[in-house]
Amino acid sequence: MTIKEIENEIIEEFEIFGEDWEGKYEHLIDLGKSLPKIKEEYKTEDRLIKGCQSKVWMHSEVKDGKVIYTADSDAIITKGMVALMIRVLSDQKAEDIVKADLEFINKIGLKEHLSPIRANGLVSMIKQMKLDALALSKK
Amino acid sequence: MFDVKKIRNDFPILSRTINGKPLIYFDNGATTQKPNAVIGTIVKYYSEQNANIHRGVHTLSREATILFEEARKTVAQFINASEEEVIFTAGTTDGINIVANGLNLSDGSEIIITEMEHHSNILPWQLWCERNHGKLKVLPINDDGTLQINKLEQLINSNTRLISVAHVSNTLGVINSIDEIIKIAKFNNVPVLIDGAQAVPHMKVDMKQLGSDFFVFSGHKMYAPTGVGVLWMDKKWLPKLQLSKAGGGTIKTVSFEKTEYAEGALRFEPGTPNIEGVIGLAAAINYINSIGIEHISKHEHTLLKYATEKLNEMPEVEIYANHLDKAAVISFNVKGAHPFDVGTLLDKYGIAVRTGHHCTQPLMKHYNIPGTVRASLAMYNTLEEVNEFIEALQKSIKMLS
Repeated sequence: MTIKEIENEIIEEFEIFGEDWEGKYEHLIDLGKSLPKIKEEYKTEDRLIKGCQSKVWMHSEVKDGKVIYTADSDAIITKGMVALMIRVLSDQKAEDIVKADLEFINKIGLKEHLSPIRANGLVSMIKQMKLDALALSKK
Repeated sequence: MFDVKKIRNDFPILSRTINGKPLIYFDNGATTQKPNAVIGTIVKYYSEQNANIHRGVHTLSREATILFEEARKTVAQFINASEEEVIFTAGTTDGINIVANGLNLSDGSEIIITEMEHHSNILPWQLWCERNHGKLKVLPINDDGTLQINKLEQLINSNTRLISVAHVSNTLGVINSIDEIIKIAKFNNVPVLIDGAQAVPHMKVDMKQLGSDFFVFSGHKMYAPTGVGVLWMDKKWLPKLQLSKAGGGTIKTVSFEKTEYAEGALRFEPGTPNIEGVIGLAAAINYINSIGIEHISKHEHTLLKYATEKLNEMPEVEIYANHLDKAAVISFNVKGAHPFDVGTLLDKYGIAVRTGHHCTQPLMKHYNIPGTVRASLAMYNTLEEVNEFIEALQKSIKMLS
């Protein structure tokens, strides 16, 4: 699936909650429970994403020409956000990752997490994932 | 008669909704909301009174100068000090920096702080120590958040130049025994700086009774605008503390060969000050006086007691410094949940709390936690809001488990 296709799938998945934010967050928390996807030995200081109030470890590597992300966090809502980001961006080509506009975050009503002042660092996370993709594609 | 409903009507922001729910503002330790009395004073200042102070002969300048100097009187009376000892600053952090850069310290000098200090009462000293081969010594706390005052005397030696300590912990709300600290300091001939940022909005402070050397606080935590604060210093320091900032308004005469500085507070206030902030601060103090700081303390303590009882009924909740000998601040965690998760969900219910390390990372290290959820209350908060908060917290815990 392309990044856009996965984004649309997630948008549909969240649509059923409508204005019910509690439902949305419960779903997000459930998604968070699917993490960690990262190997324990990768939970190192240098894999921490800067600018998060909670800790987020992110590891990236290239497999068959695609970027694979693995990650974990110590906060469950952040884990949910991380799980969504991995679902959308992992196993994609670096050039597609760098170009992704990630509109789905707005559309599923989690826009507030995109504000840098939320200090949850979703903006930092996206930036790091794109930078990783760029770096890996140049290797 | 303390009428919380009437008080709430004085704060326009309290009628706002957040996520469709009435705002419950429990982040007063970070900054308080502003009453109409303060907002109106600032609007009036810029609409009718704006001019630079201490400079012009024209009517506006004279009027603005009078307002500014009357504000100094208002502050002085509020903390029972002389006017000349009241220096306007940009806030608590600014005040501490002015003292840190103005003390006559030499290589090997030592400063004593405590384990619970806000970063703004750590970093200025640390910076000074790095530049001047100084030494920072730290008085530890007990697990209940109280200071281990019995260890203070062991930290003092002939190189100790200052003890700098918070009156009230911003993270825990614990009220420190500063009387005892000042007594020990005086006995050993060591000056004391009190960071009063979290005390002044909640309790009566009296400079003459306290007997410290320096006392700093911020306007914005006591219903006044941001960017204004007070550095009080005992008279004897006025000529002694070195200037770290210089500029217009601080002098008697200037020539390229020699400049003679003004005496008193003015020498520490270079440049055009935050005039609207200062008169806004005076308006906030007048507002507090109209209600009575004792009544505010009593009301906040009632809220603290009630909220603490309710939280203690919840087995998932752990309060740090779990007692009532505090300002109305409750720092807690929900077992198994990150403070960020709890704060995010509470926000969705319209409740503003602070989450994180609260600029006290060493204190977080003491408890070995990444942060806490902090509910800090003010005069306009109500028992009903505490009930709403508890209910929202229960729902949040259910979602997170």
